[in-house]
Parts: sequence; C-alpha cells; structure tokens
Amino acid sequence: MPETITDLRLKDNSTETAAVGVQQASMQQALNRALDEILAENPKAVIFGEDCGRLGGVFRITDGLQAKHGEARVFDTPLAESGILGMSVGLAMAGFHPIPEVQFDGFAYPAINQIVCQIARMNYRSRGTLPMPITLRVPSFGGIRAPEHHGESLEALFAHVPGLKVVSPSTPHDAYHLLKYAATRPDPVIFMEPKSRYWQKGPVDVTNPTPGTAAHVDGGGLTGARVAREGRHLTLIAWGAMVSRCLQVAELAAEDGIDVEVLDLRWLKPIDAEALARSVGKTRRAVVVHEAPLTSGLGAEVAQLITQSCFATLKAPVERVTGFDVPYPSGDLEDEHIPNINRILFGIQRVLEYRRG
Amino acid sequence: MTPKSVLAAVDDDAAPLTHHQLRELYTLMAAVRHLDTSAVAWQRQGIIPGYAPGLGQEAAQVGSGYAVDRTRDFVFPTYREMGVARAMGLDMVGYMATHKATWHGGMYNPLESRFAPIQAVVAGSVLHAVGWAHGQTLAGNAEGDLGVAMTYFGDGASSQGDVHEAMNFAAVMKAPVVFFIQNNGWAISVPTERQVAGGSVAARAAGYGIPSLQVDGNDVVAVFEATRSAFAHCRAGNGPVVIEAMTYRRGPHSTADDPGRYRTLEEERLDAGEDPLERFKQRLLTDGVADEAFFADAQRLAAEEEEAVRAGIADLGPRPGAEMFSLVFQEPTPALQSQATAWREESEHA
Ligand SMILES: Cc1ncc(C[n+]2csc(CCOP(=O)(O)OP(=O)(O)O)c2C)c(N)n1
Repeated sequence: MPETITDLRLKDNSTETAAVGVQQASMQQALNRALDEILAENPKAVIFGEDCGRLGGVFRITDGLQAKHGEARVFDTPLAESGILGMSVGLAMAGFHPIPEVQFDGFAYPAINQIVCQIARMNYRSRGTLPMPITLRVPSFGGIRAPEHHGESLEALFAHVPGLKVVSPSTPHDAYHLLKYAATRPDPVIFMEPKSRYWQKGPVDVTNPTPGTAAHVDGGGLTGARVAREGRHLTLIAWGAMVSRCLQVAELAAEDGIDVEVLDLRWLKPIDAEALARSVGKTRRAVVVHEAPLTSGLGAEVAQLITQSCFATLKAPVERVTGFDVPYPSGDLEDEHIPNINRILFGIQRVLEYRRG
Repeated sequence: MTPKSVLAAVDDDAAPLTHHQLRELYTLMAAVRHLDTSAVAWQRQGIIPGYAPGLGQEAAQVGSGYAVDRTRDFVFPTYREMGVARAMGLDMVGYMATHKATWHGGMYNPLESRFAPIQAVVAGSVLHAVGWAHGQTLAGNAEGDLGVAMTYFGDGASSQGDVHEAMNFAAVMKAPVVFFIQNNGWAISVPTERQVAGGSVAARAAGYGIPSLQVDGNDVVAVFEATRSAFAHCRAGNGPVVIEAMTYRRGPHSTADDPGRYRTLEEERLDAGEDPLERFKQRLLTDGVADEAFFADAQRLAAEEEEAVRAGIADLGPRPGAEMFSLVFQEPTPALQSQATAWREESEHA
C-alpha cells in the first residue's frame, strides 16, 4: 500500500508535493493542490477573481496560493464579473493561461456577454490564431442553504454555447485530475465545482488519474464519463453533487434486488455518448438526474443521445428526475427542489414498471 | 481645441513631426478617404453586403494608429477602424473580408498585425485591452519598455458597463492602456448629449483617477501628438490614459442607415466643421511641406490601392464549409466532428 496522509492542505512556505499514492482529502484540498501544482508547472498560469488572493477565496480553494506564488500569479480583482472574464480574453491573447474564478454560479450571469460573445468565439473569429486557454472555475449547484443566486445550475446554458466546454467533478480525486487536465487545454473550459461537496473527503490518487482503469473506461481517462458503480438493471446518469446521491440510491435499490449502474458524466460538453451507449446498451433502462430545471435541461440532451444509440433495445423511455422549472428556492425549500432519494427511487420505479401501450 | 497637458512629462524627447512624416500622414488619410468612400460605393454596387463608413474620422484614426509601435503594442478595434488598420499597415483585403461577409473577424492575422479581430459588441473588446495590458505588466517588461494596448470605442459604447469596469480595472492595476474614444457626435441616431451624461467621456476618467485629454479629432497632428504622449505615459508604467477625440461622423452610421430620419443635411454640414483632409492639405500647402504635385500623386496612389483592394475582395471566394467546423475549437468535440462528417456527406449528395 502506498503511504497515506490524511491532510493535503498546503503549507504556505512548503514547495514539497505530498507523498505519492492514495490520500484522503476533501474536494477543497484537492482543488487547492491542483491549482498549486498548475502554478508551479506552468509559468503562464494566472489565478484571479474576487477575494481569491489574500483571503484564498470565500471557499478557500485558492488558500495560500498568493503567499506561495506571489501577487502577480494570484491576484484580487475589483468586484466586476464582466471585467474578470473580459480581462481573461486579453490575458489569453498575451499568452497567459487564465484561471479566473467567479465567486458563485449566479454571478456568472453579469459576465455572460464576455463568456458567450468573446471567450467562446475568439478562436473561431481569429481563425484559430487566438486560442482561449481559459479555465473558468464556477462554484456551482445548490445544497448549502445559500442566499439567492448562490445555487444555480448553469450547465445547459454553457453547454449550449458553441466554443465552450463544460466539466463537473463529483469526487476529490476527479476534482484534482480534471482541473489539472482542464487547465492544460487550449480551449475554454467551464469548470463547475459542486460546492456542497467541497468539504467531503475521499481518496485522491495524485499519481494515477484513472485508478483501477478497466475496459469500461477505455478511451475515458479524463476525457469522458466514469462508471461510478456497475450494475445490470438500470443506469442512473448524473454529475456533480448528484453522483453521490445516486450512489446512495443504488445501495437502497440493491436491498430490493435492483442492480443499479451509476454513470458519472463528468463532461457536460462534450458528452461521452459512447459511455452512455455502453452503459444503457447493457442495462437497457436509464434515468437522468440533475439539479437544474427540467425544461431544456441537459437531461433532454442525454435522453436523446441514448435514444439514438439504444432505441431498439430500450425497455422504457428515458426518465428524468430534476429540479423544477422554478427560480432556485431559498434554503427551506431547496430539499424539495433538488432531486432527493425518494424522487429518484420513483424515477427508477417508473422505468422498471413501464409497459408498452 | 488644444489638448490639456495632463500627462507626466515622459515624452520630452518627442520631436516635432518631420516633413516626411507629415506627408506620410496625408498619404495615409488620402488612402483611407478613398478606400472608405469606395467601400460605400461597392456596397451600392453589390460587391459587399455592408460597411461602416468612417467619413470625417480619418484624422482621428490615422493620427492615433500612426502612433502605434507594431513591434510591441496591440490595438483592440471595433467595427469602424478601417483608418487605424490602414495606418498600421494591415492587409486591407483581409480587413475588408469582414465586410464582404467572408469571415466575421476579418482574414488578417491578429498576432502579426497587432490588430485584434473585428467584433461587433460595442465595448466588448475594451476589457480585452485591459487584460492584454496587464499581461505586459505581469510579463515583467521593464518600465519604459511596456507594450501598450489601445482600445477604440465610441461615445455610444461608453454607456456600456464594460467601459466602466475596464477603466476601473486599468486604474487599479495601473495597466498600460490607452482608451481612445472617437466621439463622432452620434451613436446611430442618438446624439452625444442624449448619450453621455456629464458632458464628455473624458470627464469620466477623473472618477477613476485616470489622466484624460480631449483632442481636436479633426486635426491629425494633434491626435498623433496626444496619442504619442499617452503611449509614452503608459509605457513608462504610469497606468492608463483616456483620450477623447472630438470628431464628426459625416453620412450614415452604416450602409443600412438613413440619417435623414434624425438630422438634416444642413445640420450635418454645420455640425461637421472643417473636413479633416482638406484642412490638413491647406496646412501642408501653407507650411510649404507639400505641393499640388504631391497631392495629385497621393490621390493617384489612393486610387491604385483601391483598385487592388477591390480586385482582392472580388477574388475572395466563399470559405470552405469545413472551416465552420474546424475553427471552433483547438480540440474539436466528437459531436462537432460527426456534424462535420454528416454535413460533408449530405452536401455532397445535394
Ligand atoms: C452591445 C451592443 N448593443 C447594440 C449594438 C448595435 N449598435 C451597433 S453600433 C451602435 C452605436 C454605437 O455608437 P458609438 O459607440 O458612438 O460608435 P459609432 O458607431 O458612432 O462609431 C449600436 C447601438 C451593438 N453593436 N452592440
């Protein structure tokens, strides 16, 4: 067994990387370490946003990075999201790798113009001469009883925009590797961090992005979906914070003899259509679970991809268990909005009991 | 109108323009005037679908563009900076390609020309200039040797929040940016007094602690000198500068516009003031810098150039459809690749 340490938290004056092997870490720690390494490995990487310097970000994801790497590499900006994202375009044009942060999902809205009209289009507009290697970190989704605009699910909005890529990790391990991977890509990546999972610990193997790599993640590596749990009767498809909830549901279903596979989509654009085909091709039933509102959500896209690849063998229409078409409710009601275990079980039941008319 | 000297005295060495440079400025303005009026004609003739004319703004554009050092500076234009592009020596067929509807951003290389792709969201690129300029600071170029970003926008664009964010960012970060406003009196149909509170765009700079100056935008030498001192100020590490060039958009906002709905020809004639090109010509004659033979020559060169550009854009065929798919990403997505494949197969069968 490789050496195990329990805390990946960075020390301000330490340049050592933690010992090789599997460690227990929270997603916050894993992301922090990934950013630290990105800064160390890529002299052109710069991190900036509101309060991400001295404070280390309101979620402490950039904790200690300014002290360690200096104020030129990690800096606070004025409080202006369009400014932060517009500035990223110019920095990318000047040869930098910007890793901007918007403090909360809902505050990406004031920057939509820069994200959609500028970041997403500059490579195309410039005929490939001005790539936009920008990794926009967005603390995303709900579940922390936060005020309004602090719990939005913007994945469908971003995924719909030509020129953007979208990814969301669900575990500390994936958070570490996907962030490091995203930050080396030449295209803009929206990195949606499930903020309700920031403090959950899990194993992180910093040396191996795909531990236990088996045939079913072939070609996957970090670029595709991940089978979080194997099963035979039905596939639950989720991303971000919904993955762990689906794993809980799978345990409960197992008590009733239902063997649920859980597919962690990870990339919301591009979506790993092959992984969907593989998993649902095997189980022949699928339920998509997401926090975002139902209508025109990413669940519809997933369902269509499954229909295309598995129509002939599907035993039931693809079901969706999602948030409702309501503005994100306040804390007292968010447990009603976010798919809970019961609603997911009902979704499973609908699929299992489906009978052709 | 004389520019106020609000900048740090960093351009003491700046020599007055030589006769050669003055003549060069005129040659550029004449080329721009000719190309611009021709482009409007091309639109009428159906050679290009649309164009944003710069008639009357030649001094503001050529004077500022002439101050750019293409080895280290970078310009962030909007859709009406043909004169700047020409002054910076861009490939004008590549520039006009955007008006030919060949490619949105133009077909020139932004990195080589130091002229960012044309884009249409007003004020969209003002923040890019700040980011690029901050990059010059981060890159650790010695003060006195900083690359400077110059961003162009109009009085209308100055109402956009992005301009305020950009000025604030630039001032806080001391970024080497020249905010170059061409106040041409109109934002489509809305005159400056219905657009800009506080009397001028330059006045806003005070709120950010940015030195600003208003300059007679119809005087090419004044514009050049103002821009040159702004560049020196930025290059020395003193942070941003705001220049508001007061000029006038003669004629329509674009070839699709009908200015008769919001002003009369008589108003236009009165408000436009002196023609910047004619005014400069008289000055060169009076000062004995150039003679009639020179002006005739400039006119002939401009006509030849227009011929060449027109031939160039006429030759521009449509881009291969595959570019639509291959230039979205550096690393295309599988979905996009399969759309490209389907497009190819289906269009071959059409
Ligand atoms: C964000 C945005 N809103 C609206 C438009 C449509 N539009 C194009 S030009 C223009 C007026 C711009 O006026 P100004 O900034 O003064 O520049 P000028 O055209 O006079 O050079 C408008 C409203 C646009 N291009 N971008």
